[in-house]
This record gives sequence, C-alpha cells and structure tokens, in this order.
Amino acid sequence: MNVIPKQRFVQKYHLKALGGLLLFILLIWWSARVTEVDFGLFFVNFDQFLALLQKMSHPDWQYLSLVIAPLVETIKMALIGTSIGTLLAIPFSVLAARNIINNDFARGLIRLILNLIRTLPDLMLAALFVAIVGIGSLAGVLTLAVFSFGMIAKLFYEAIETIDDGPLEALQAAGATKMQMIHFAVLPQVFNHFISYFLYTFEINVRASTVLGYLGAGGIGVYLQRSLSQFAYDQTAVIILGILAVVLVIDGISNTLRERLL
Amino acid sequence: MTEQPLIEFNHVSKIYKNGTVGLKDINLTIPQGEFLVVVGLSGAGKSTLLRTINRMHDITSGDILIEGQSIIHLQGKKLRQLRRSIGMIFQNFNLVKRSSVQRNVLSGRIGYYGTWRSILGLFSKEDKQKAAHALKRVGLAEKLYTRADQLSGGQQQRVAIARAFMQDPKIILADEPIASLDPLTTESVMNDLKKLNEEFNMTVIVNLHSVPLAQKYADRIIGLRAGELVYDQPIANVTDADLAAIYEQPKVVQLADRVVAS
Repeated sequence: MNVIPKQRFVQKYHLKALGGLLLFILLIWWSARVTEVDFGLFFVNFDQFLALLQKMSHPDWQYLSLVIAPLVETIKMALIGTSIGTLLAIPFSVLAARNIINNDFARGLIRLILNLIRTLPDLMLAALFVAIVGIGSLAGVLTLAVFSFGMIAKLFYEAIETIDDGPLEALQAAGATKMQMIHFAVLPQVFNHFISYFLYTFEINVRASTVLGYLGAGGIGVYLQRSLSQFAYDQTAVIILGILAVVLVIDGISNTLRERLL
Repeated sequence: MTEQPLIEFNHVSKIYKNGTVGLKDINLTIPQGEFLVVVGLSGAGKSTLLRTINRMHDITSGDILIEGQSIIHLQGKKLRQLRRSIGMIFQNFNLVKRSSVQRNVLSGRIGYYGTWRSILGLFSKEDKQKAAHALKRVGLAEKLYTRADQLSGGQQQRVAIARAFMQDPKIILADEPIASLDPLTTESVMNDLKKLNEEFNMTVIVNLHSVPLAQKYADRIIGLRAGELVYDQPIANVTDADLAAIYEQPKVVQLADRVVAS
C-alpha cells in the first residue's frame, strides 16, 4: 500500500508564504501611515483635476508645427544616449554575470559600481552635465547614456545568467578561450534579449528626456516646461499627445521586432 | 611505444567540496583505440570519471597520464590544447540552439584558432569543407544552414558528434549520449560513435545505463559503484549476471534505508 509521507507542519499550511504576505500587508499599512497618504483629499479636490483636464481638452493644433523639431531632437538624444550606454554596458554585464565570472570578489566589485551608477538620480546627472557642458542637448545625451548604462548593464547580466550553460561547457571542453566561449555560446543565446532591452530602454529614455528638458538638457522638455509655466494647457496637450505618438510608434516597432526575433 | 597505454589512472580520488566521494582510488589503464563502456547507477561517479580526463573536473589525489604525460597540473594554453584533443558528447547535446548547424559544427574547431580570428568568423575554406564533410558522415549534409533548434533530438546529438569530429580528437568522451533519445535514434548515434572508433582508431569512452547496448558495442566494460571501480572485463568475459550485480547491490541498501525510515 502507498503511504503518503507526512509533511512538516510549516510546509503543510504554507506558513512561510503566509508570513511573507502578512509582512507585506504590514509594510504597506506602515508606509501609508508614515507618508500620511490621505485618499480623501484626492476626491475632495477632484474638481481641480477636472478643470485642468478641461483646459487640456482643446489642444492648440497650430502649435504642432513648432513642436515637431524638438520632438525629433528628443528622439535623436534618446537614440544616441541609449546606444552609447548600451555599448558600454555590454562588457560590464559580461563581467557581472555569475556563470561567466567565477571570482566572487571581481564580480561583486563590478556589481557595486553598477549599483552606484544606478543610484545616481537622472535629474542630478542632468544638473551635473549641464554644469559641465552647458545648456543643450549634449547634456541630455550624456545623462541618458549614464542612465541607460546602469539600467541596461543590470538587465543584460540578468539575461546572461538565465542562459543554458550546456553550450558553455561544450565549448570549454573543446578547448575554447573565455572570449570564444562568450562569443560562440553566450551572445547567440542573449542577442534577442539585448535587442528587446535596448528598445525598452530607448522608450523609457524618450519619456525621461521630457523631464530633463526642465534642467535645460534640450529636447521637447524645454517646450513642455515653458507651456506649463505659462499655463498654456492647450499647448501642453499637444506636446503630451506628440510624446504619446512617439512612444506608441517605438512600442509598436519593439513589439514587432521582438515577435520576429524570439 | 605500443605497450604504453593511452590513458592511465593511478590511485585517482575525487572528493567534492561538500564531502561527497566522487571517485575512490581508481586504477585503470585504457589502451589506444579501445571502445570502453562505463556502467553504473546514477551518482556512481561515471560522469566524474569522464570529466577528469579532459580536466572539466579536477581530482583530489592520484595522477592521470595521457600518452605518458601527467595532465593534472596543466594550465592555460596547454590545458586548452589537451581539451582540444578530446571530443566530448553530452546527454543534452549542448548545442547553441539559436545558431546554425554549420556554426555549431565549426565551433568544434575554435581550439585551433586564435581568439580574434574565430570571433571575426574567419574560418578557413578547408575547415568549412571539413564541417560539411563531418555532417555528411552523420547523414545530415542537407542541414548545414538549418538552425539547431529545428532538429530532432537524435539529429542534434549527431551534430554534436560532428562538432567533436572537427576537433580531430584522439579521444571521445560520451556522457550518457543516448539517455534522452528514442531506441531508433539511439542505434544511429551509437553507430556513429563506433564508426569513429573503427575508422579513425579514436579511443571512445561511453557512459551508459543500458546493459544490452553496452554488450553490443563495447570492447571492454567497467563498472562503478559509489565512486569505486568494481568491475573491469573485456567483452568476451562479460556475463549478464556480472552486469546485474553492478546494478543490484545498491537496491538492497535502498531497501534497507526504507525499512529503517519507517
């Protein structure tokens, strides 16, 4: 006769998972307390929001012709920034991957540097680069490059760590050097993820560069800030719709590419 | 010279970091051109034994000689040259699934190329012809440009054999090459290995679970149990009862465990 082995009490009632859930709920409650989130306020002042929406509901289409050039500039900034960041991130992501670099210390050091770079807020970076290279799109490009570098390096090394290690072993057993193993066994397995993450970061950068404009780092953000400070919400609406269109196009391209590649 | 064995194990032991005994005082000589089959239960140390020959695993004590030269302290280029001269076949094929069959087969040759030449894809015309020839030998000539993941399991394993062939190896190590294949493809893969043994006088060492296959293909059968060499006979002396004994003993132990546990 088959006897089902007894589970331990903790396993049987999923105590670990339940404990985790409870802790999570407590954390949310505590966060809400500390930050004094008051949802009531949101509904009380809801008419303010509606008034703004109403002003924005009549976009000033004449403004569109003025907005196109800075929109294109924003896309260019994002493209160059993301590309520079990606190129720099590739070697770092390889060095940070557990299945490539066995040395805990070396890998830990690289990851520490990556964490440090990701910790720098992009607004601070923008302020820094505006101070160094002056107002204009170069500051924006440099900011986006550093920001993309930190983000892509992390996404890339996590992708590298999910690959099938079998081919690595096979090539090592065939007498390959580390570089040959990376080229022949790692890159083909992660290439599509790399493309996909590149496009994802590119999209984020298009949106991020609107904020950078506030600090004089070029692009559409300069116009967004101007329209908002002049309370010209009909113009703001045009800018936002323009950015939406760009983001939709990038998203469409990235989806098609990903489907075709994966 | 003819008296010197190709591979020689002298009191080889391997203890893993966690204390598990992988190999225990193995003494073994393997002459050039032998088709040797290693049998034993999972965890008996078959894979470990194989991987000590191309130094994918290091040993704890003892010495391993290939053509009279100790290999246990080889490093860097010398180690890669050793590995290049030993082809390896895996249970899971370990092809780069996203790469073409041609690229997978050529990657068996990269031990003969400098890092940059291979990364730039500058394989010589002879080697490309050799790759086509290697594929033809395993009956897959028309699959040269197919992506590896489009092939069936049996076809993938034969591509892996073609890849090993590209190394011009003296020795072929096959770690349960047919464990994930159906009976029909099993036959063709085993025949491919036998052909390398007979036509090129390569020494072939195969880990197998199947006793009938071991009896059909081997020149000599050795048995491992819990890291110890418990059986070593030329095929002429092998009896079914002997082989059954290699597998049976631990079952008694398992049963005893179960009795104690309940």
